[in-house]
Amino acid sequence: MVKKRTVAGTIFDIFNYILLGSLALICILPIIHILALSLSDSAAASAGRVGLLPVNFTTAAYEYLMGKKDFWQSVLVSLKRVGIGLPYHLIMTIIIAYPLSKPASRFYGRSIYVGLLIFTMLFNGGLIPTYMVYKEMGLLDSIWVLVIPSAVNAGNIMLMMNFFRNIPKELEESAIIDGAGHIRTLLQVILPVSLPSIATITLYIVVAHWNDYFSGMIYMNSASNFPLQTYVYNIIKQASSLTMNLGMESTGENWRLLAKISDRTVRSAQIFITAFPILAIYPLLQRYYIKGIVVGSVKG
Amino acid sequence: MRAKKKNEKYREKRTLAKFKNQLPLHVMLLPGVVTLIIFSLVPLVGLKIAFEKFIPAKGFFGEQQWVGWDNFELFFDMPNAFSIIRNTLFIAVGKIIVSLVVAVTVSLLLNEIRARKFKKTVQTIIYAPYFLSWVIFGGILITILSPSEGVVNGIIKAIGLEPVFFLGDEKIFPFTVIFTDVWKNFGMSTIVYLATLTGIDPGLYEASAIDGANRWQQAIHISLPAMGPIIMLQAILSIGGVLNAGFDQILVLYNQQVMSTGDIIDTFVYRMGLVDMQYGLSTAVGVFKSVITSILMVLGYYLSFKFTDYRVW
Repeated sequence: MVKKRTVAGTIFDIFNYILLGSLALICILPIIHILALSLSDSAAASAGRVGLLPVNFTTAAYEYLMGKKDFWQSVLVSLKRVGIGLPYHLIMTIIIAYPLSKPASRFYGRSIYVGLLIFTMLFNGGLIPTYMVYKEMGLLDSIWVLVIPSAVNAGNIMLMMNFFRNIPKELEESAIIDGAGHIRTLLQVILPVSLPSIATITLYIVVAHWNDYFSGMIYMNSASNFPLQTYVYNIIKQASSLTMNLGMESTGENWRLLAKISDRTVRSAQIFITAFPILAIYPLLQRYYIKGIVVGSVKG
Repeated sequence: MRAKKKNEKYREKRTLAKFKNQLPLHVMLLPGVVTLIIFSLVPLVGLKIAFEKFIPAKGFFGEQQWVGWDNFELFFDMPNAFSIIRNTLFIAVGKIIVSLVVAVTVSLLLNEIRARKFKKTVQTIIYAPYFLSWVIFGGILITILSPSEGVVNGIIKAIGLEPVFFLGDEKIFPFTVIFTDVWKNFGMSTIVYLATLTGIDPGLYEASAIDGANRWQQAIHISLPAMGPIIMLQAILSIGGVLNAGFDQILVLYNQQVMSTGDIIDTFVYRMGLVDMQYGLSTAVGVFKSVITSILMVLGYYLSFKFTDYRVW
């Protein structure tokens, strides 16, 4: 395609590159700034002298965090949550999506199940009734409350269902002609060709579990059960916990520490550590997550 | 007569065989159904709390005093009931409009970029904030928007302007909420539009170029109309969200100073319920919200099916 270059067009192009470039910068610079803050000393951080590079480079904030037991406890809770939640939610999504991917003519009662799903998507008990039920069931303060109730996710099921429907019918039919039952067909024929879709759903589940802070906040009473995001939520909501704690026991060592770290630098370090797993799997997210969005939204 | 009976018997047998054949499918759905019944349907029973003077000590299933619509009246008699509903609508509708306009504009601009590497890099970067939780993104915002130490106000002061209390000024706060939400999510919202744009037949552009159309005219007369149905669909589907102003986000960002403009239905329900232990009132407000939301959602799906043939299931 040959295009005429006009002056107006060139001016627009320059403007367009600058605009989109700045938009991209606005999205990436904050996280670089946070990393720089976490690696700067407290004086530079509170004087607002830190931009995109650390000022008076120090790893003191991270060293301080290394010895902070409650922080690592919450990291552990989050890892445990993902470790249990991922396989459980993945299996649930697959075994619900597979039957629903069949047309109603080949699976009697499909509409009843879909109806139940839509109904529970539209109507829920809301905060208090749900909280009360979980409480009566003795689920509070246990890792299971973060994993079990949320296992049926209509969005993920819908996506997986559409993935299954896109598999050529002949594949399944030939398996059935060969005498395979539904379960065997699913395990030996459908799943092996669905690996990219499974990767997509896996990422959806991991991101959702890792990022959720609210259920940890309401269903966990003791701080030792807080997942990482809930822990960080509490940190950013109370302005100056660190200085108060350390300042109260005014030993020489604490004062030396306070010269190097502050709430600002430690908070930044915690934010960065919490965001890190997401940033680390970002290339995967970019590849599979986005494909899911396209399949899920513009299939019609 | 005999043939008919035989036929019936045959059909019965076939139905039975079919059911037997489909039984594994039902079994697969069993765990999901049980989960939904226990964790979604049973809590629905608790909606009665909205009509009760609920005393937690008596227990969830215990005998409670029935008070009819009292909790609802209590809410609407509260001086801040109106402002909470107004805040919710303002923020939610603001987000819908701004995010639609920004996402469509950015998609059109990205579509004009011919350097593939640059386009890919920009796309990769603008998707990123979407994946950070509101705790993380909010924590970053609180850090950089701080009037005394934040880098944004550092820049504002450096060019000689007064610092802006983005999160502490009740007049600015709703706009901060709208724009930070768009900031976090606009990249992700461009995906559907970009997918539509790449699907446009290049022949259309070539033909219009021969007819002397410039790029601006192409964008207005080819690209934008091609996105019409999907823009319409997104707009209709967002109808159900006009009472969802972004609970996760506001819970992280709001504070005492901005209650008058930043408190939304969801944060109110949360504070009344789990902080102030006003179970009846909190549930009543939640019921009020979810009834309206459900109606709007059904309406949205109905309209989208009618106008664009879009079907969710």
